[in-house]
Amino acid sequence: MNLGPHADFIIAAYAVTIFVIATLIAWVVLDYSAQQRILGDLEKRGITRRSQRKS
Amino acid sequence: MSAFASLLRRDMRLSVRVGGGALMGALFFLVVVSMIPFAIGPDLALLARIGPAILWLGALLASLLALDRLFATDYEDGSLDLLMMGGMPLELAVATKAIAHWITTGLPLVIIAPLLGLMLNVDLHALGWLALTLAAGTPALTFLGLIGAALSVALRRGGLLLAVLVLPLTVPVLIFGVAATNAAIVGSAPFGPPFTILCALSLVSLVLGPIAAAAVLRHGLE
Amino acid sequence: MPVIDFANPTRILNVVNRVLPWLITATLILFVIGLYRVMNAPDDYQQGATVKIMFLHVPAAWLGMFGWGLMSIAALGTLVWRHPLADVAGKAAAPIGTVFTLICLVTGSLWGRPTWGTYWVWDARLTSMLVLLLLYLGVLALYWTAEDPGRGARAAAVLSLVGAVNLPIIKFSVDWWNTLHQPASVFRMGGSSIDPALLTPLLIMALAFTLLFLTLHLAVIRNEILRRRVRSMRLLQAQKLAEASA
Repeated sequence: MNLGPHADFIIAAYAVTIFVIATLIAWVVLDYSAQQRILGDLEKRGITRRSQRKS
Repeated sequence: MSAFASLLRRDMRLSVRVGGGALMGALFFLVVVSMIPFAIGPDLALLARIGPAILWLGALLASLLALDRLFATDYEDGSLDLLMMGGMPLELAVATKAIAHWITTGLPLVIIAPLLGLMLNVDLHALGWLALTLAAGTPALTFLGLIGAALSVALRRGGLLLAVLVLPLTVPVLIFGVAATNAAIVGSAPFGPPFTILCALSLVSLVLGPIAAAAVLRHGLE
Repeated sequence: MPVIDFANPTRILNVVNRVLPWLITATLILFVIGLYRVMNAPDDYQQGATVKIMFLHVPAAWLGMFGWGLMSIAALGTLVWRHPLADVAGKAAAPIGTVFTLICLVTGSLWGRPTWGTYWVWDARLTSMLVLLLLYLGVLALYWTAEDPGRGARAAAVLSLVGAVNLPIIKFSVDWWNTLHQPASVFRMGGSSIDPALLTPLLIMALAFTLLFLTLHLAVIRNEILRRRVRSMRLLQAQKLAEASA
């Protein structure tokens, strides 16, 4: 694929986009696993939510 | 005396007292405008060209700094709670405080602006128009800044947050204010359209600002 | 499912857990198709291959504005209808909208350099997007740094609505300002009527990015619900400890 004389700019634009979105996705995924881990930790220590205790 | 008048008088009295910050805004304006030529250099032609913009920016920053304390002192001594529980609608109370704030802080800016304009080599005949545009535009700055002031007291945050939140909202006021002033000075573009839009912005913010600020106080302080 | 069920966090979590894999798959498929079409798209007769940046820049701009619209609707849900999870939706939209606005500005700048000769110009659209970014950063600060998530969310909700009202005003005033100071060179953007050979890849990429937005939005909503659960459990624990030692 010939990107012409300004290929650097096109590649840079796509690279920046991919990098930024990848960072966002990484944040979301890492945050999810962190919250799950903390919740598991708390439940192991016997702390539950009020609605959970009824079930 | 009506509730509106007594609240107005109270706020005006408090702000002209020591620690009230009424004339501090004007002093800050003076200091900032004096610093600009040190940074830019004494090129009079250049200063004359950017003079209106400098004056508008100085007025904007001076208004922002003074807004910090609009609700803070009332929050600290509990009178904000009284205002919120009182018979006066919160929107009106907040608007009254903003009017008092503008009279004691905004109006001095408008009055000393022509003097500062002289320092920046702005045309003499344009100084009057400059003061007029500032008089029309500084209420918008106060009423939009009201929202930031309410946000910073509801969230107990410092003044920089207020500036970050309010400055983007004041972009239209700045644009039309400087456009109107330049139109008056250079005369190439008509003065009417930007000036009337500036007045419209002030009127819109007169309504929008108190409603939003009251909503923030109600929801944020409950 | 009646609408009231959307007020129950556990229900929302179940819905998100079920829907998310499908959304992720759909997003990936659309991106594969879209990127294939982008690679095979013809060059613009004026700009050459740099028009390929448009397939990133334009969807990013749309989604930046879409994000603010989402936040405003969520803000109405918080302030007017008092929906318990509306503020979660608003808080979740903020970082995603900010990212897309940032992508729009950066790709626009990279597009501008070869086509206009400069990285930045105070064009009305660029300036409006810059102000949008500043507003996003302010809302981010409110949503994500308040100690009490509910209070910060309500404050951010008000700012979202004020921004929604003010954005058209800013857009209009920046347009006016840009016509007062005529740009140094008059340029055309290749025409508003885009050739279908370029329009189709653009729409596919726009759809792909929109699905990405929605996927991430649901994922962040899920994270935020879990985060609030952690917070309330910790508060409960602290309360119990305080009672036990009292």
